Amino acid sequence: MSDVVISVRELTKRFGDFTAVDRISFDVHRGEIFGFLGANGAGKTTAMRMLCGLSYPTSGSGTVAGFDVMREGEKIKRHIGYMSQRFSLYNDLTVWENMHLFAGIYGLTKRETEVRAVELLTRLNFSQERNTLVGSLPLGWKQKLSFAIATIHRPEVVFLDEPTGGVDPVTRRQFWEMIYEATEGGTTIFVTTHYMDEAEYCSRVSIMVDGEVRALDTPAHLKQQFGAESMDEVFRTLARGAQRGE
Amino acid sequence: MRHNFGSFVKKESLHILRDKRTMLVVMLIPVVLMVLFGFAISTEVNNVNVAVVAPERTDGVSDAVERLAHNDYFTFCGYIDESEIDKELRTGEVGAVVVFATDYDRRVAQMAEGVPTAPLIQLIVDASNINTASSATTYMQGVLLGTQSQQAMFETRMMFNPQMRSAYNFVPGIMGLIFILVCAMMTSVSIVREKEMGTMEVLLVSPVRPVKIIFAKMIPYFAISCVVLVSILLLARYLLGVPMSGGVWGIFSLSLLYLMLSLALGLLVSTIAKTQMAALLISAMVMMMPILMLSGMLFPIENLPIFFQWVSNIVPARWYIDAVRKMMIQGLPMMAVWKNCAILLGMTVVIMGVSLKKFNDKLE
Repeated sequence: MSDVVISVRELTKRFGDFTAVDRISFDVHRGEIFGFLGANGAGKTTAMRMLCGLSYPTSGSGTVAGFDVMREGEKIKRHIGYMSQRFSLYNDLTVWENMHLFAGIYGLTKRETEVRAVELLTRLNFSQERNTLVGSLPLGWKQKLSFAIATIHRPEVVFLDEPTGGVDPVTRRQFWEMIYEATEGGTTIFVTTHYMDEAEYCSRVSIMVDGEVRALDTPAHLKQQFGAESMDEVFRTLARGAQRGE
Repeated sequence: MRHNFGSFVKKESLHILRDKRTMLVVMLIPVVLMVLFGFAISTEVNNVNVAVVAPERTDGVSDAVERLAHNDYFTFCGYIDESEIDKELRTGEVGAVVVFATDYDRRVAQMAEGVPTAPLIQLIVDASNINTASSATTYMQGVLLGTQSQQAMFETRMMFNPQMRSAYNFVPGIMGLIFILVCAMMTSVSIVREKEMGTMEVLLVSPVRPVKIIFAKMIPYFAISCVVLVSILLLARYLLGVPMSGGVWGIFSLSLLYLMLSLALGLLVSTIAKTQMAALLISAMVMMMPILMLSGMLFPIENLPIFFQWVSNIVPARWYIDAVRKMMIQGLPMMAVWKNCAILLGMTVVIMGVSLKKFNDKLE
C-alpha cells in the first residue's frame, strides 16, 4: 500500500445553498500526525465526517486507507479508529467489557481480543483496573482508555475529534505521548484541536477558514510564512479574515 | 462481522442489568398496577349493605331475601321500617334498600298468569357513586328476580362477567399501558441516552450497521417485556381469577405483536427527541395519555365525543386492549379478533418503516 493514507481532491459538501466544505485537497502520509485546525463553523466536523464515511461528499474525490469516500464508506469504517471530544465509552461497563464490546464491533475473534486487550492494558498500566467500572475512573485515564480502545483493531488511521477537551495540561501531555507512541507503530493520526500548543506537536497542520483550507504545512514553516512567533498567532491571523460566524 | 451483533446485545443487557433501580421499577410496576387496579380501585359491586322493607314477611319475600343474603357481594343488614329508609341511606349504614310491595306473593302469582300489575319491588339506592350504584342495581335485580325471572317483563343476563368485576376490565388495559411503558419509553430513552452521551457517534463511525445498533437495543427490552407479560398473565389468572377462556397462546401472540409495535414507537420517539428528558416526556404525554383516555381502558370509547372516537382509532392500545378483552373475558379465539390483529400489524409495519427511515435520514 502506498505511503499516502488519506488523499483528498476538491472535496466539497453543500447543504442546500450553504457550502460547508469548499473544494479542499490534501494528502496525509503514513505515520504522520495531521493537525486539522479551524474555528467553530469552519467546516472541520463536516470534512471529518466525510472522511469517516458518515456523510457523502457533494463532489470531489478522496480515499481513506485506500478506500473511496464516495463508494466505500463501510470499508473505510472498518479501517479507521475514532475518538470524539466527548468521552465516549460506557460508564456502566468495566474497562474489560468496553474493550470486548469494541473488539466485537470491529470483528476481532475471541483470541485476538484477549491478546489485544491484555496488550493494551499492559501498555496503559491498567491491568489491575480491568474490572473497574469506567465511570469511576478519573477523566485523564478515561481519555487514555478511549484512545487505546480506538486503536484496538489496529486501524491504519485514527481520527481524534478534539480529544483533549477539558483535560488538564499534565494529562494532555501524557495523552500526546500516547499518540506519538502510536505513530511509531505506523498508525496515522488525524486530529482536530482548539489548543494551539497541541498544534505545535503535529507533523503538519492545515487550517480551515470558511470551508476552505487556507494554510497547510509543518508548524515551523507556517510560523515562518506568517512571520509569527507561535501557532496561535498564525491561527488568529487566518481566522480574523473569516466571513462566517459560529 | 459475525461477532458484533452478539457483543451489542450483551452490552445492552449489561446496561439494563447494571441499572438495578430501573430494572426493579419495570418488574414491579406491572405487579403493583395489577394489585392496585385488581383490588383497590374498583367500580365493582362489593359488600353493598342492603336493608329490606317488607310489610309482610311471606314465603316469596323470604326467598328473595335469602338469595340476597347468600350472595357474596351483598350484605343483608336486616329488616327495617319504611320510616327509617332515608336515615339509613343518609348515614351510609346501607347502600341500598329493597322495598317489597304489600300483597307481594299474590301479585307475583297474578303476574305469572299474565295479569298486568304495578311494580312489585322498589330499589332505593345510594347513587353518590354512580358506578357502584348502577352496577349494584343491575346485579341486585338479577339476584332478586332469581328463578322468577321468566315472570319479569324482560330478562337481562350479564354474560362473561356477571359480577361485573373490574379486574377483568383493567387487566387488558394495564397490559396495553405497561408494554408501551417498558418498550417504547425505555427503548427511546436508551437510544437518546447514547446520543446525549456521545457514544452513538462512536458507534456510527464503527462498521456496525445502524439498523443493527437499533435492533440490538430492542432485544433485551423485548425479553424483559416477555417476562413482564408472563407475570401479568400469571397474576391475572391466579390472583385475580381472570378466566382466559380464549386460550393463553392467542393472547400471548397478540401481545408479542403489540410489543413489536411499542418498540417501533420507541424508535420513532428516539428519532424525534434530542434529550432523555424529551424522550421521557414524549413517551409519557403523547403516548400514555391517549392510552389512558382514548383506549377504552378507563372510559368506554362509545361514550367519548365523536371527535375523540375518531382519534381513538389511531391509538394502537385501543385495538390491542379490545382484542385482549375479547380473548381473555369473552373467550373468543384469535381468529375472532383478526381485524384488530391486522390493524396492529399494519401499524407496526408503518411505524417501524417510518422510524427506520427517519433514523437513517438523521445520520446523513
